[in-house]
Amino acid sequence: MTVEVRGLDVALDGRPVLRGVSLSVPAGSWTAVIGPNGAGKSTLLRAVLGLRRGDGAISVAGADLRSLKPRERARLVAYAPQSPNLPAGMTVFDYTLLGRSPYIPHLGREGSADRAVVRDVLARLDLTGFAARPLDHLSGGERQRVVLARALAQQTPVLLLDEPTTALDIGHQQQVMELIDALRLADGLTVVTTIHDLTLAGQYADALVLLAGGRVAAAGTPAEVLTRDTVAEHFEATVSVTPGPGGRPVLSLERP
Amino acid sequence: MRTGTSAGRQARLRPGPLAAALLLLAAALAAGLLTGAAGLPVTGVLKALVGAVPFVHLDSGLSPVQQNVLFELRLPRVLTGALVGGMLAVAGAGYQGVFRNPLADPYLLGAAAGAGVGATLVIVFGPGDPLYGVPLAAFAGAIGGVLLAYALGNVAGRGGGSGAATLVLAGVAVSSFLASVQTLLQQLRIQELQRIYAWILGGVGSADWRQLAMVAPYALVSTLVLLTHGRLLDVLAVGDEEAAALGLSAARVRFAVLLAASLATACAVAVSGLIGFVGIVVPHVVRRLAGGSYRVVLPLSLLGGAAFLVLADLAARTVVSPGELPLGVVTAFVGGPFFVVVLRATRRQVEP
Repeated sequence: MTVEVRGLDVALDGRPVLRGVSLSVPAGSWTAVIGPNGAGKSTLLRAVLGLRRGDGAISVAGADLRSLKPRERARLVAYAPQSPNLPAGMTVFDYTLLGRSPYIPHLGREGSADRAVVRDVLARLDLTGFAARPLDHLSGGERQRVVLARALAQQTPVLLLDEPTTALDIGHQQQVMELIDALRLADGLTVVTTIHDLTLAGQYADALVLLAGGRVAAAGTPAEVLTRDTVAEHFEATVSVTPGPGGRPVLSLERP
Repeated sequence: MRTGTSAGRQARLRPGPLAAALLLLAAALAAGLLTGAAGLPVTGVLKALVGAVPFVHLDSGLSPVQQNVLFELRLPRVLTGALVGGMLAVAGAGYQGVFRNPLADPYLLGAAAGAGVGATLVIVFGPGDPLYGVPLAAFAGAIGGVLLAYALGNVAGRGGGSGAATLVLAGVAVSSFLASVQTLLQQLRIQELQRIYAWILGGVGSADWRQLAMVAPYALVSTLVLLTHGRLLDVLAVGDEEAAALGLSAARVRFAVLLAASLATACAVAVSGLIGFVGIVVPHVVRRLAGGSYRVVLPLSLLGGAAFLVLADLAARTVVSPGELPLGVVTAFVGGPFFVVVLRATRRQVEP
């Protein structure tokens, strides 16, 4: 489903963090939000979720997200935070089951259908063998997959992922990104991720949105956004850009 | 298709631990009823209890005095002990879930200090016979203390920041404020110090049916609310923001659980004074033995807390028989060392 943000202003403690941010994510596509530290990337995701108040319009498939009840919203948009709270001692199965919350009556309990969804999600993410494992006994890569599993158990058409590859080695980064892409194509999910690694963003996303100082500084295909001049201006980094596979840009650092 | 037996098993209350807890409680209640200074015959007590069931007629062979000891002294005392222990433990578990901190206790938000002020006010200024005045005032004081902390926390938290952390700070502020009020009241009437002190130490020695009937409805309501919030407290374990992303209002769950847990605490405080440690120790033991999900911790804490306090009261009235130890001293005596063990164990978990 299409995600539309129009003229979004968000202020934290009176300090403007996002100013007039607009973006449009077509249904079934992957948009990566990039930008230097403190540009407002995470705040943008939180605002779309309704966790941060702000002015402007946010809609998913034409429905105004803010007019929805929290449970209805949680059936449209799933969120995986940058540093999730993983309750010590909780098993992978129970943690994934939390993703079914929007479908369970307030004082009700999960049914067999909910458990079936969780088993299915765990199988797709190769986590079946981990179902009974406590969260505090997982490696970084496994943890990232488990957080993704909880988001998938929400069965939403839209996924918001905040830095899904932080603290992962290059192999696990690739594994997680391939996984997200495969799930997106299989289920027709609309994906918005924030991401630090510009080359990684350019390899996987259909469109990039560059945030700088709370504004959209550039938006378009990876080749349009990731140019030597843009990166120099907004990241104060000197890079060389070479076209990679499929014309997607590959960045490498240059010593000034 | 089911993949394995352990995969796909969800955390919930299983029959084994539940049966064990029920058995423990039954054993504790029986021990409490069969032991005491009056030396009632075991078979007579058992027959009398069976005979007390409606439509059952059974001659117990107990004399009227012995009947009186059993039904007017021991039974209400044992049941009050069970109620107080169960309420404090389940309230402690609820507080721990809301604050996502296993060291939270039911007195965290000013329930103890509020009850202390209420009870002290009645003892110091009340009319001659404060038999039911003290429990009523303690009940009202406990609720008042928590509401004050909640209101203060809401006012202070309006600028943003973590709701739960602000609430704890508000609880600390309200507790010390009310404690100083109580000290002032005590100083005004230093001759009542012994009675105030006896109340603070806590105990169920003065239990009777009327006190029990007075708090039972509130205890029932708060228990029902707490036991139905187990799943929601498990969701809350991921924090306010993620819970909101899962469609849950953390503030709403927190309010309902805090209200119910505070009501449970007020019930306990009203009939027993201030008894410490039960609210922390019992949920911890349950967590170690049966798992950390609140769907397990809440019901098992209720049963385990009830059994624990009945046994603690048994110890309080038999160890130095015919005298009695204050119940709060016994629970703290067990709870203190246990607390250190728990702290050591949790520290080892954090730094493997």
